[in-house]
Amino acid sequence: MDSYQQILFKLKRYWSDRGCIIQEPYDVEVGAGTMCPETFLRVLGPRPYRVAYVQPSRRPADGRYGENPNRLYKHQQLQVILKPTPDDVIEQYLGSLEAIGIDLRKHDIKFEEDNWESPTLGAWGIGWQVMLDGLEITQFTYFQQCGGIDLEMAPAELTYGLERLSAFLQNKESVYEIEWTPGVRYQEVRFADEQQFSVYNFELADIEALWQMFALHEKECQRLLDMYAKYEPKARFPVLAAYDQVLKCSHLFNLLDSRGAISVTERVGVIGRVRKLAVGAAQLWMAQQQEAA
Amino acid sequence: MANPNFLLEIGVEEIPDWMIRPALEHLSKAFATLLADNKLKGAVSWVDATPRRLVLAAERLPKGQKDSVELVTGPPKSAGEGAAQGFARKLGVSVDQLETTATPKGEYFSFRKKVAGRTTAEILAEALPGLILGIPWPKTMYWTTKSGARFIRPIRWVVALLGSKVVPFMVAGVASSNVTSGHRRFGKAKVKVTIRAYEEKLRANHVMVRAGERRGKIEEGVAALTAGKGLGCRTDEALLDTLTYLTEWPTAILGSFDPAYLSLPEEVLVTVMRHHQKYFSVAREDGSLAPHFIAVMNVPSDAEGLVVAGNERVLRARFNDARFFWETDQKRKLADRVESLANVTFQAKLGSYLDKTQRVVELVKQLGGDEHAQRAALVAKCDLTTDMVKEFTDLQGVVGGLYLRAQGEPEAVAQAVYDHYKPASMEAAIPRTEAGRMVSLADKLDTLRECFKIGMIPSGSRDPFALRRAAQGVVKILVEGNSALTVRAHLNGDAQLEEFFLDRIRYYFREVRGFAYDEVNAVLAAGWDPLTDAASRLEAIRAVRPTENFEPLAASFKRIRNILKQADWATGISYAHGLLEAGPEVDLCSRFEALQPEVTAKRKSADYTAALQLIASLRPQVDLFFDKVLVNSPDPNVRRNRLALLDSLLREFSSIADFSEIVTS
Repeated sequence: MDSYQQILFKLKRYWSDRGCIIQEPYDVEVGAGTMCPETFLRVLGPRPYRVAYVQPSRRPADGRYGENPNRLYKHQQLQVILKPTPDDVIEQYLGSLEAIGIDLRKHDIKFEEDNWESPTLGAWGIGWQVMLDGLEITQFTYFQQCGGIDLEMAPAELTYGLERLSAFLQNKESVYEIEWTPGVRYQEVRFADEQQFSVYNFELADIEALWQMFALHEKECQRLLDMYAKYEPKARFPVLAAYDQVLKCSHLFNLLDSRGAISVTERVGVIGRVRKLAVGAAQLWMAQQQEAA
Repeated sequence: MANPNFLLEIGVEEIPDWMIRPALEHLSKAFATLLADNKLKGAVSWVDATPRRLVLAAERLPKGQKDSVELVTGPPKSAGEGAAQGFARKLGVSVDQLETTATPKGEYFSFRKKVAGRTTAEILAEALPGLILGIPWPKTMYWTTKSGARFIRPIRWVVALLGSKVVPFMVAGVASSNVTSGHRRFGKAKVKVTIRAYEEKLRANHVMVRAGERRGKIEEGVAALTAGKGLGCRTDEALLDTLTYLTEWPTAILGSFDPAYLSLPEEVLVTVMRHHQKYFSVAREDGSLAPHFIAVMNVPSDAEGLVVAGNERVLRARFNDARFFWETDQKRKLADRVESLANVTFQAKLGSYLDKTQRVVELVKQLGGDEHAQRAALVAKCDLTTDMVKEFTDLQGVVGGLYLRAQGEPEAVAQAVYDHYKPASMEAAIPRTEAGRMVSLADKLDTLRECFKIGMIPSGSRDPFALRRAAQGVVKILVEGNSALTVRAHLNGDAQLEEFFLDRIRYYFREVRGFAYDEVNAVLAAGWDPLTDAASRLEAIRAVRPTENFEPLAASFKRIRNILKQADWATGISYAHGLLEAGPEVDLCSRFEALQPEVTAKRKSADYTAALQLIASLRPQVDLFFDKVLVNSPDPNVRRNRLALLDSLLREFSSIADFSEIVTS
């Protein structure tokens, strides 16, 4: 039986062998691997790119104080971007499952329609949820639009739910029982994280302070975006720094949401504010790339 | 049927199951049109599909088009020899090869040009890429570049064979060939095929091309798994369909779950199995839910039981979640959640579900709902705040009903809430109780009124709030719940909404109840409120229509209507007996006056069949009147009196149905 980290090593090795850059997780809080600049910005434009990375993904509202065996505030995604998409992308994907020891002649794989969409990022794609013996293990998406921009190519995005996959491979009923490395369970590594952040996210986070932080990051982002037009030389302009501010806003939005601070009526409006920044950053990234070309 | 001599297989990454059949229908039609447009004989033999391939076979395709002759017309003969020479030169022929053709405009130079027929292969090679990419899908994608081909999912191979030869073309960067692909793990990636051996070759590679065969295999598997165990699979045609188009080689397996979960409501268990896991539920002989499920794999066997074990584990986790939600939700009673509805948006411009709740409670009162109905209206939407409904949205209403029962509310209230989203479709049942129907009506009417108020009116295929279904539901509940309610009074006097309703009423009577469109028009023209009354009048028309007097009388009524219209007659003027002419006119009037009280009595007791039969019995007098009497009498007073008589007759006897709407042969 492979440990959790062995599974990770194998998947990274597999995609490394297929020409992917193996990146480390992005160091700003995100709700999904898609939000990292390695995906959000790199899928834009015509330049080929292949990357794989594990991204801890924080979804405050999904926290369960470490009490639910299948739900986590922060779960780990393996994110793979293949741009352009190889013709045999599905075969390559199935190969990755075999590489971690899933004998697909003894298991049942189905591709069920599931189109992914993120209103906050102005992004969507067409694809499937991949079901392994009735368990959703991967979101498979052909990216069509990001930051409100139609993508030149339609990169394939594979998002593996690592805890689920590991629990499946190790035959565990609870993610907390996953063997991270021999002798160490997932529980020992992550339980405190789940419990404490659930307390913070649901109970103690200061709503007023969160709103202030949201406004500060929003303002800083917009300030940067507005500077681009006059800034020279364009190549040095910090689009990436502006995009980090978008991520901060997005995470603060999620926190406020889990804190119950955003009424349903306000919700659409706040999502719109974040999307506006995301779209702005995506446009500047494109402009800067074109400038350089 | 001849053996097919053409085969097209479009190899695609997994197509969403529900889109496959419409795509096949289109493919079949488009191919038949392609043949017809190119004057090619032949016919589509069959179309079929798996998630990864759309297949069309056709037979009796000829080698090519016949040679044909096209008549090319040139300048008029009157233009002279010079013009003829010019015409001939343009065609590259000599003047003596020209003929003249007579047309209504005179004689023209002309030439019979022989057109060589093209080969079928050539025609297909040219047309198939467009035909393939022309298949309409609910949502398409691109996968090469932004300007590249669009399809439901990427096209990965195309087989196109005419006889033994490949029809050569490129579509979305893929070259047609004679190479297909087997099952992803139990078949070869490249399989060379011929038309004759196509299905066999694929079967050898674990693909059943025919949906019917896959469906049969699932059904047999299910029967074998349950046989002799005192178990039966709950039939679910829609799920069977889904699984048929989600697999290339389906195999059913039986799994089990801990009977302890049976303490959760059956509705929750079934929803988890059905909607989240695509499992069939299994029942014991007494009909109760058994702790088993049937899943369908896309592989030939599960020799080591790994797939069963995996599915069982997933289901266990799902059931655990459901139990967790149930227990958490019980911590706060549903009835204590009304105020929380202020935080749930009904529609951005229409406020929260609390606002909606208050309106619906008021409306239930107005409709005459009893205390249970009013109570149910107050708590009906509270389950939107529960974790269970947030997770299993399909169960809204149902969860509310279950919680209310568990929390000791009166059964009538619980049932009303449980049922208040019904009917889910035109085929589905309406709420079981009066209170349930009342809440359902009020909820739907409120949605309709409010949406129309802010201009959210369905148009074409755009109906995001499912207002058509809501109005349809109101109609169905009123008629089938045998309600005496008059709905019009509750439509806010909104003319657009009334028209919208009328449309739904017509649809209901025609499509759901199968009444002829002219009968529906006739009855609705005489009023549609209350709907149960319109329904009884329709039944009566249907009963009386085949009798001998009815249609001729209807024709006469139409004649009367036209006469009055031409005379620009202001209705309501009474006739004078003194001006009636002895004979057919007096006879008609006497018969009419004799029938009138009888018809009225029958109508008042809602015995519409008898009333219509009485009216129909007027036919001989009406016929004789039109035969012998001139309405447009030279004496204007007599003429006016006759019009007044006819108008009275029409008015009096049109309150059940406007007979002039009946289409007579």
